[in-house]
Amino acid sequence: MDYAANIAMTLPELVLALGAIALMLVSAWGGEKSTRAVSIAAVFVLVGAGIALVGPASSGGYAFDGLYRADAFGAFAKVLIYIASAVAIVMAPSFFARTHGDDLRPEYPVLILLSACGMGIMVSATDMLTLYVGLELQSLAAYVLASFMRRDGRSAEAGLKYFVLGALASGILLYGISLVYGFSGTTLFSGISDAYAGTKSLGLLFGLVFVFAGLAFKISAVPFHMWTPDVYEGAPTPVTAFFASAPKVAALALSVRVAVDAMGPATDQWRQIVIFAALASIILGAVAAIGQTNIKRLLAYSSINNVGFALIGLAAGTPEGVSGVLMYLTIYVAMTLGSFLIVLQMRGDDGQPVETIDSLAGMSRTRPALAAALAIFMFSLAGIPPLFGFYAKFAVFSAAVDAGLFPLAVVGIAASVIGAYYYLRVVKTMYFDDPAPAFAPMESKVEGGLIAVAAVFVSPAGYLLIPVLGAWTMAAARALF
Amino acid sequence: MTGFPILSVLIAVPMIAAIACLFVSANTARMLALAATLIDFVLGIMLWMNYDIGGAQWQFVEHAPGIFGPFGWSLGIDGFALMLIMLSVFLMPICIGASWRSITTRVPEYMAAFLFTEVLMIGTFAAQDLFLFYVFFEAGLIPMYLIIGIWGGANRIYASYKFFLYTLLGSVLMFIAMLYMAKTAGTTSIPALMNYEFPAHVQTWLWLAFFASFAVKMPMWPVHTWLPDAHVQAPTAGSVILAGVLLKLGGYGFLRFLLPMFPEASGQLTWLIFGLSAVAVIYTSLVALVQSDMKKLIAYSSVAHMAIVTIGLFAFNRQGIEGAMIMMLSHGLVSGALFLCVGVIYDQLHTREISRYGGLAINMPKYAILFLFFTMASIGLPGTSGFVAEFLSLMGTYQVSTWTALLCTTGIILGAAYMLYLYRRVVFGEIKSDDVRGMVDLSAREFWLLAPIAAVVLWMGVYPESFLAPMRKDVSVLLARVDRAKPANDSNPTAGRPAAIVHSAAHGEAH
Repeated sequence: MDYAANIAMTLPELVLALGAIALMLVSAWGGEKSTRAVSIAAVFVLVGAGIALVGPASSGGYAFDGLYRADAFGAFAKVLIYIASAVAIVMAPSFFARTHGDDLRPEYPVLILLSACGMGIMVSATDMLTLYVGLELQSLAAYVLASFMRRDGRSAEAGLKYFVLGALASGILLYGISLVYGFSGTTLFSGISDAYAGTKSLGLLFGLVFVFAGLAFKISAVPFHMWTPDVYEGAPTPVTAFFASAPKVAALALSVRVAVDAMGPATDQWRQIVIFAALASIILGAVAAIGQTNIKRLLAYSSINNVGFALIGLAAGTPEGVSGVLMYLTIYVAMTLGSFLIVLQMRGDDGQPVETIDSLAGMSRTRPALAAALAIFMFSLAGIPPLFGFYAKFAVFSAAVDAGLFPLAVVGIAASVIGAYYYLRVVKTMYFDDPAPAFAPMESKVEGGLIAVAAVFVSPAGYLLIPVLGAWTMAAARALF
Repeated sequence: MTGFPILSVLIAVPMIAAIACLFVSANTARMLALAATLIDFVLGIMLWMNYDIGGAQWQFVEHAPGIFGPFGWSLGIDGFALMLIMLSVFLMPICIGASWRSITTRVPEYMAAFLFTEVLMIGTFAAQDLFLFYVFFEAGLIPMYLIIGIWGGANRIYASYKFFLYTLLGSVLMFIAMLYMAKTAGTTSIPALMNYEFPAHVQTWLWLAFFASFAVKMPMWPVHTWLPDAHVQAPTAGSVILAGVLLKLGGYGFLRFLLPMFPEASGQLTWLIFGLSAVAVIYTSLVALVQSDMKKLIAYSSVAHMAIVTIGLFAFNRQGIEGAMIMMLSHGLVSGALFLCVGVIYDQLHTREISRYGGLAINMPKYAILFLFFTMASIGLPGTSGFVAEFLSLMGTYQVSTWTALLCTTGIILGAAYMLYLYRRVVFGEIKSDDVRGMVDLSAREFWLLAPIAAVVLWMGVYPESFLAPMRKDVSVLLARVDRAKPANDSNPTAGRPAAIVHSAAHGEAH
C-alpha cells in the first residue's frame, strides 16, 4: 500500500485539518472582522470534505496498516457530521449578535472544523489508538466551544463540567483500552476481534465493560448521562445544537464500529450492556424530561431518550440493526437541528434569548409557521406517524424484533409513550395556551430556509426517501459485517 | 372505472384541501372544506355504485409496492371497508356544516384538522398494507388531539392528553406485533396475512397485542375511560367524528385483523370478549343513567353499543358479524346525530347540564321530533337501524352463548331507560327558565344536517339489505376462515336446530 493511496483514503480528514489550520492563521491575523469570511470559508471546507468522500475515501478499505478504514459506514456517518457541523456554523451569527459582550469570533468555525475532523477520525477508526486520538480531538474542541461565551457564567460552568466529566470518561475508556490491549496484545480492531473469538478471559470482559462505559459517556447514555442537561443548558444555543447532533452521530457510529467490528464475537456480552443502557436511557430520558421548564434542558433529555432508541438497533447486533441506527441518526439529526433552530428564534422584544417552555405559549397564533414546524419536530421526536420520526423507530424496532429481542422491543416502545407526554406538552403550550408576548421576528432567511428543509424532511414527504436512505444505510451497515 | 385510482383520489382531495385551508381566510376555508367533503361524498357514491357486489373480494386495488422501502402504497376495499368509507364521507360534510357557525376562532386550522382526519380515516379503511394501515390509524391521533385541545371545552387539555396517551399506549404494542408478523410471514400485505397461518401459541400473543390497541380504540370496558372525557370536551363536530367514525376503527380492526389473522386465538379468547362486553353493557348503561351531562350520557351509551358490536363479531356466525357491522354503521349515524342534537341546544345555552333544560317540545317542536327519532333509533326501535343491529347481533350471540346474550339484552332495556329519561328531562315537562324559553327551533342549516341522517337511519332500519348486500360475500369468506376455530356453543342442544339458523339468516335478510 503506497502512501498516496493512504492519503486518498483519508482525504476528508486532511481537507478538514488543513482547512482548519489555514483558517486559524487567517483568524489570528485577521481578528474579529474576519469572522464572517472564516465562517463562510469553513462551510466550504466542510463541503469540500464532503466531496472528498467520493472515491477511495468511502470505499478504499484499510489505510495505514489497519489503523483507519475508509468504508461506506464511515462515509455515511461523515455526511451527517458535516451537515450538522455546517448548520452549527450557519446558525451561530444571529445568536451571538445578540449576546452581551460575547461576540462571535473566528475561532468558532475553526473549532467546529477541528471537531469535525476528530469525528471523522472517530467513525473511521479501526484501531483503539486512532479512536482515542479522534475522540480527544473532537472533545477538546467541544470543551472550548461549550464555554465559548467567556463572560457568561453558565457557559463557563458548562465548559468546565463537560471537561471534567469528559476527562473522566476518557480515563475510563483508556483504562478499558489498556485492559483490552493487555489481554489481546493488540490495539487493532481485527486483532481484538480475534482475541474475543478465542478463549474467554475475564480481563477482556472487564476491558469490554470499561470501553462501553467510556463510550456511554460520550453518547450520554444512562447511567453516564448526568453532564448532558447542564452542558446543553449552559452552552450557547448553536453549540448545544452542535453537541446534540454531530458528536452524537460520531460517538454512536464509533460505538457501533467498536461493538461490531472489534467486539463482534462478544456480542452476547455487550448486548446486555447495550440493552440496559438503551432501556435506562429511554425511561430516564422520558421521565426526567417531564418536569423541565427550560426548552434546552428538555431537548437534552430528549437526546438521552433518543440515544436509547438508537441503541435498540445496536442491541440487535445485525446489519439491519446497524442500518437502523444510521437511519435513526439521520432522522434524529434533522429533528434536533430543526428544533434548535427554532429555539434560536426564541428571543424577547429586547433581542435577548428566552429559553422557558412557557414563553412558547400561544406561538401558533403569533408565529403560526414556526409553531407548525416545532409541532412537526415534536410529534416526530415522539415517533407518531405519519411523521418521519416514526420511521426512525420503525427501523430500530424492526431490527430488534428480527433479532428476537421481544422484551426489549415491548418495554422500549411502551416507554416511548412516556416520552410522548412531554413532547405533547410543548405542542400544548404552543397551540392550546393563551399567547405570551410574541418573539422578535426572524432576521435570517437562511435559518428560516433550514427550518423549512428540516420540517419537510421529517414530514410525511420524507417517506419517499426511505428507499434511497434505506439502500445507503444498508450498504453502510454491510461494510461492517 | 378500471384504472382510475378512485381511492387515492378520495384520499388526495381532502389532503389538498386541508393544506390549502391553512393559507386562506375563515370563510374561504369553510367553503373549501365543504366543497372538498362534498366532492369526497360524491366520489364515495361513485365508489358504491361501481362496487361489484359478489365480485372479487378486493376491489379498486392500487399497488405501488416498495415506494416507502419496507412497505408500499397499497389500497383496496372489500364490503366492510366500503361501508365504513361511506359512513366517513357521509358524516364529514355534516361535521363541516355543524361547525359552520359554532367555530369562530382559528377556522382555517380547524377545517384543515377535520380534512386531515378524513384523509386518515379513509386511508385506514382502504389500506392493504400492514404498516400503511398503522400509519393512517395512528396518525389520526394528531388532528384529533388538536381538535379537542384547541376548540374543546373547559377541561380540554386534560381530555386531549388522556385521549392521546391512552390510545397511543394501546397502539404501540400492536406495532411490535406487526413487526413480528411482517418478519414471520415475509409480507406486509393485509390480504395475504389474512390467509397466513400463525402457530397457535404465537397467535395468542399477537391477538393480545392487537386487542390492546383496538380495545382502547373501540373502546371496551375497562379501558373506555378516555372516551367520556374526550367526548365531553370535544367540540360538537369533533364528538360526531369521534363517535361516528373513529370508534369504528376499533371494530374494523377486530374484523380485519383479530378474527381472520388469528382465528384460533379468537376462538380461545371469546370468553374474554364476552365477559368484558357483558360488563360494559350493564355497567356503562347504569353509569349513563346517572349522568347529568348530556354528552357524557351519550358517550357512555356509545361504550354500551360498541360492546354489542364486539359480541356480535365474536359470535362466529353470519348474524353476529352482519349485526355488528350494521351496529357500527347505525351507531355512527345515530350517536353522531345525537351529538349534533346536543350541539344545537349547546350553541344556544352553552351548557350541557340536563337539568338546565326542559320543555323544549314547547318552543322547539321540529327539534323535539328529530331528537325523538334519534333517541328511538338509539334504543333500537323496530323500523330504525338500531333495531336491525341489535337484533342481528344478539341473535348471533345467542347461538354461541345464551348467557352473554341474556346479559347483553338487558342493555337494550337499560338503554331505553337512560335515553327516554334523558329525553323526558330535556324535551318534556315545563319550561323552567327564561333563557330556555328564549331558545329558537332548528334553523334550516341545522335541519338539513339532521334530516339526511334521519333518512339513512330509516333506510337502514326498513331495508338493511342495501347495506348488507355488499358485505355478504365478505362475511362468508370470513366465516369460512374462522369456522374451524368456532367456540363450542351452548344453545343448540338438538340435531334439528340448524334449520332454525337457516331460517333466521333469511329473516335477517328480509329486513
